[in-house]
Amino acid sequence: MPGISREEVAHLARLSRLELGAEELDHLATQLDDIIGAVARVGEVAADDIPPTSHPLPLTNVMRPDEIRPGLTPEQALSGAPAAEDQRFRVPRILGEEQ
Amino acid sequence: MADLTRLTAAETASRIAVGEISAVEVAQAHLDRIAEVDGKVHAFLHVDTEGALEAAKAVDERRAKGDALGPLAGVPLALKDVFTTRGVPTTCGSKILEGWVPPYDATVTRRLKEAGVVILGKTNMDEFAMGSSTENSAYGPTGNPWDLARIPGGSGGGSAAALAAFEAPLAIGTDTGGSIRQPAAVTGTVGVKPTYGGVSRYGLVAFSSSLDQGGPCARTVLDAALLHAAIAGHDPLDSTSVDAPVPDVVAAARAGDVRGLRVGVVKEFAGEGYQAGVLQRFDEAVELLRGLGAEVVEISCPHFDYAMPAYYLIAPSEASSNLARFDAMRYGLRVGDNGDRSAEEVMSLTREAGFGAEVKRRIMLGTYALSSGYYDAYYGQAQKVRTLITRDFDAAFAQVDVLVSPTTPTTAFPIGERADDPMAMYLADLCTIPSNMAGNAAMSLPCGLAPEDGLPVGLQIIAPAMADDRLYKVGAAVEAAYLDRWGAPLLDQAPAL
Repeated sequence: MPGISREEVAHLARLSRLELGAEELDHLATQLDDIIGAVARVGEVAADDIPPTSHPLPLTNVMRPDEIRPGLTPEQALSGAPAAEDQRFRVPRILGEEQ
Repeated sequence: MADLTRLTAAETASRIAVGEISAVEVAQAHLDRIAEVDGKVHAFLHVDTEGALEAAKAVDERRAKGDALGPLAGVPLALKDVFTTRGVPTTCGSKILEGWVPPYDATVTRRLKEAGVVILGKTNMDEFAMGSSTENSAYGPTGNPWDLARIPGGSGGGSAAALAAFEAPLAIGTDTGGSIRQPAAVTGTVGVKPTYGGVSRYGLVAFSSSLDQGGPCARTVLDAALLHAAIAGHDPLDSTSVDAPVPDVVAAARAGDVRGLRVGVVKEFAGEGYQAGVLQRFDEAVELLRGLGAEVVEISCPHFDYAMPAYYLIAPSEASSNLARFDAMRYGLRVGDNGDRSAEEVMSLTREAGFGAEVKRRIMLGTYALSSGYYDAYYGQAQKVRTLITRDFDAAFAQVDVLVSPTTPTTAFPIGERADDPMAMYLADLCTIPSNMAGNAAMSLPCGLAPEDGLPVGLQIIAPAMADDRLYKVGAAVEAAYLDRWGAPLLDQAPAL
């Protein structure tokens, strides 16, 4: 398995929505390379005929009765909002000029 | 009057129940103790003095009215700051949640309140429970009461330190790869990771959803059992909660016995990286079990060697997805919103400012492991290893009733020693991770002090899923035998703070 490049780490940071500084990027690139090198060992034992386990419990489609229950009031739901207006979360613009 | 902070939870509750002491007196004694020592220990991120005294007063009033009190009514508890508490700050040890006051209680929080447990405050932890030393908290490290210059384990170092410093007789932790058991081991306390799904995750801020499990921390096996019984059981608000009766852990803790029990010693949990004094105390614990009438056999679990690499793919993958919720829009920190920047730019700036180094590392690692082109080689392979580990356990439990191992390869290491060496830090969870991968139940309890450094060593007991009671039956027998041998609880040997 090839090592992870600085460009790849910068791409991962964008995907992860982390505005990393240059120094942080260098430091993380080295550490991630070490960690990925070590965890790649999982490839040594897991053969094609082994089914994957995503979860310890064999649960599917857990449902509850479709009944109305008390929930948070708008005030409670907005109580931690960085900004709110008219019972809604106020957020920075989500579309660019051309959109 | 005897020091109320030295009592067990069981003793405290029974003295309150007969009116010998009041719940308010007990709460006040612990608040005083926190005021006295927590400046040095830093187990707590938030002390809820008013809420604790109010809850204690309510217990005293119910007693005065002649209401029946539960087995933990009036007992103080330290709650890991990863459970939501209505009206009380919840930070998960992160700057991104600084000042956040949840509008709802976690199911664990609600059940504790219903049991009359007095919540003293919220305990320090590695940020979002990612770590093995509590050094990753954005609010500074916690000291190990045995030696304040050493780590109290992690991620639940605050909860374990609060117990060892006699700031609380009970605490709640969460265990994703060992975060209850490893802190218990290095602080000389008891910690239990229940069967996955045994304790509701509703209101437990998610790190790795298929591994996270809340559970009890205490100074005695019986106290842990009483707390386990108070918080466990099916919860319709958590779709992964097991809908089955909770094993009778309290009865098991009251009837410790290992006669005729088949105990497996996992041979992979030894060798390179294990401290000599840890292995010595572990070998003595195995001899003790044999002396108590258990049949000891060696068991091989060949795939456990791959548990750590698989864990550091699965947990970060799930974390990278779970932590996407910290988007600076609905709650928590928002940085850089100057009116010009887009929501995406604000989100990236906020996450950069709000998350610490380990959290960023794991988000990046998880994003990598899940990205197209790498998914099969990393996350996919790790999931197959998870199957192999579960099969190793199945084969082992076909031969034995419980497995035992050291809880951690070493005793508490000095604060700072592994802080910027992630791979060295990850080794602390070598023996605890397999149980999270398989979802079974495991306990750590003290088995002495390592001769070379005088620090606590933990014995891990592992039982099959939904056989949590077995942990308590074995743990109680081992604890009683050690108490006989030592003449006093291990924590009596801890230095005064």
